[in-house]
Amino acid sequence: MAKQKEHVSSLNQIKKSTNIVFNIIFLILALLCVFPLLFVFSISITSEEILRSGTYQIIPQEFSNAAYMFLWNERGMILRAFFMSIIVTVMGTIISIFLNTSMGYVLSRRTFRLHKLYTWIVFIPMVFNGGMLASYIVVNNILNLRNTIWALILPLACSSFSVIICRTFFRVTIPDALIEAAKIDGAGQFYIWSKIVLPISKPVMATIGMFAAFGYWNDWFQASLYIQDKNLQTLQSLLNNIQKNIEYIANNPYGGLSLQQYKLAMPTESVRMAIAMVIIIPIACTYPFFQKYFISGLTIGSVKE
Amino acid sequence: MKKELKKKGIKRRKWRKDDTELFVLSLPTLCWYMIFSFLPMFGIIIAFKEYKLAPGGHGFLYNLLHSEWVGIDNFKYFFTSNSFGMLLRNTVLYNLAFIVISASVAVGGALILSNLRNKRGSKVYQTMMFLPYFMSWVVVSYFVYALLTPEKGYMNSIITSLGGDPIMWYQEKKYWPFILVLLNTWKGMGYGMVMYLASIAGIDQALYEAAVMDGATMAQRIRHITLPGIKPVFIIMLILDCGKIFNSDFGLFYQVTGGIPQSLYTTVSTFDTYIYNAIQSTAPIGKTAAATFFQSICSCATILLANQIVKKIDNENGLI
Repeated sequence: MAKQKEHVSSLNQIKKSTNIVFNIIFLILALLCVFPLLFVFSISITSEEILRSGTYQIIPQEFSNAAYMFLWNERGMILRAFFMSIIVTVMGTIISIFLNTSMGYVLSRRTFRLHKLYTWIVFIPMVFNGGMLASYIVVNNILNLRNTIWALILPLACSSFSVIICRTFFRVTIPDALIEAAKIDGAGQFYIWSKIVLPISKPVMATIGMFAAFGYWNDWFQASLYIQDKNLQTLQSLLNNIQKNIEYIANNPYGGLSLQQYKLAMPTESVRMAIAMVIIIPIACTYPFFQKYFISGLTIGSVKE
Repeated sequence: MKKELKKKGIKRRKWRKDDTELFVLSLPTLCWYMIFSFLPMFGIIIAFKEYKLAPGGHGFLYNLLHSEWVGIDNFKYFFTSNSFGMLLRNTVLYNLAFIVISASVAVGGALILSNLRNKRGSKVYQTMMFLPYFMSWVVVSYFVYALLTPEKGYMNSIITSLGGDPIMWYQEKKYWPFILVLLNTWKGMGYGMVMYLASIAGIDQALYEAAVMDGATMAQRIRHITLPGIKPVFIIMLILDCGKIFNSDFGLFYQVTGGIPQSLYTTVSTFDTYIYNAIQSTAPIGKTAAATFFQSICSCATILLANQIVKKIDNENGLI
């Protein structure tokens, strides 16, 4: 019997030769996906003379840590942007988990009097939105959040996608009997949510927390709309602004800049790539560990009620 | 007792303490939805007005309310402008290409990955291919710049070493549709594959064993077990993608091209880049609002339409 089963499962597999071909294809695809990381890194450690005279190389002809030394010497600017990124990411993630799980929980209670209304409130934004301009006006003109950290955090804090992931998770994993029992013991809904539901819902908190954290860490769009204050720059917007300056200078040579300003606005190529590395490294080091939460989120999210 | 509750639940029942508590718990998120999702929807009315600053330095809402109604003039302006046809064509065609190619790569890749003999290898590939998904377009644009910048870029150094002439990538229109499709596929590949892999993993293994016992070939097993197994996820993704057909991944079109240089304008502009540029410039906001309103309405219509079509073909699989 066992032998037969083994036989069956081996029949269920592809041929050895096909397996090798597929492996080679995927190895190439996988390398293409990490290639940018290596390429950007190798430019960041190439010496400036080589970069000035020749072309970019995958394996640098001459190594140099000048770019990272430069970043270290200019660490005021980099560290400020780095801390800004971290503050936005941490605060944003906490707020996001709070908003999404509380709404998800309320939506998972079918006995709630406003259940129908709430379902619509969460559902409508998935098919219709006011668009980029209207959101911009709300944040910029009505809430007056321009040049505050809230402009980076609040617009991204909640999403119907995450709310629905939470709702589905709570419905599937938390037995109604548990909540009924808590109610009989006299617990209020806030107590049930914070002391009973959330502690046993760590997987879904991890999932939406990760979605939020990577979203905030990678966001440059909100910053490009709302942040002009240099003190509030995140790493992404720092990088984005450098790129913009380069485009500006390319289009307006000597556009009223002194040599000093020019140098500050236009770091050398290796320095730019080094800043990019500062952004990617934390992601590249953490995402393999959190990947499974993304996947579980995606699978919960695609489960219909 | 329980029966009674159920009966009451169906009818309009009284507001209880429980409801108050749930309402209070949901209040912060409710406020968020009102401010960031529903308030912008009223932005529609800007599209029907000629927004003017009223004298006296009042707030935005005051100015808006005191601006003149202009009916559909803003829409007329947008529809008859030179850009409209180009923007519509670019946005829709790019999205169609993205949907078809990304979906086939993701499904195909997931099918192969799920059949690889070395499971550990498959895990490693998945993790590596997931990396681009976590990079922002700003970072990707730096990497693309390193590849394509005319004098020093890696692509040109390969081309010249093979005896070709260097290409001014950022000025040549004809390459960009391919570059953009390639980058979009590259960035979303790991995400798509991993998602379909997860749904393949959810298929009952006994089905495959039974099929093998009955002598089904590999192709038959894929056709009759795997593909039907991933159909629900496929359809949900398809409907959601259809809803985005009038939107575009702003970072891809704006950052990667280097802020859309003039020479590429007609090839890589989409509704989103047009609106973004309008926000950053001094364009009258009524006209910009007409563009965003058109975009929102079209998105809403396509998502509902796609859902209806799917429901008609197969009643079980609609999103809504």
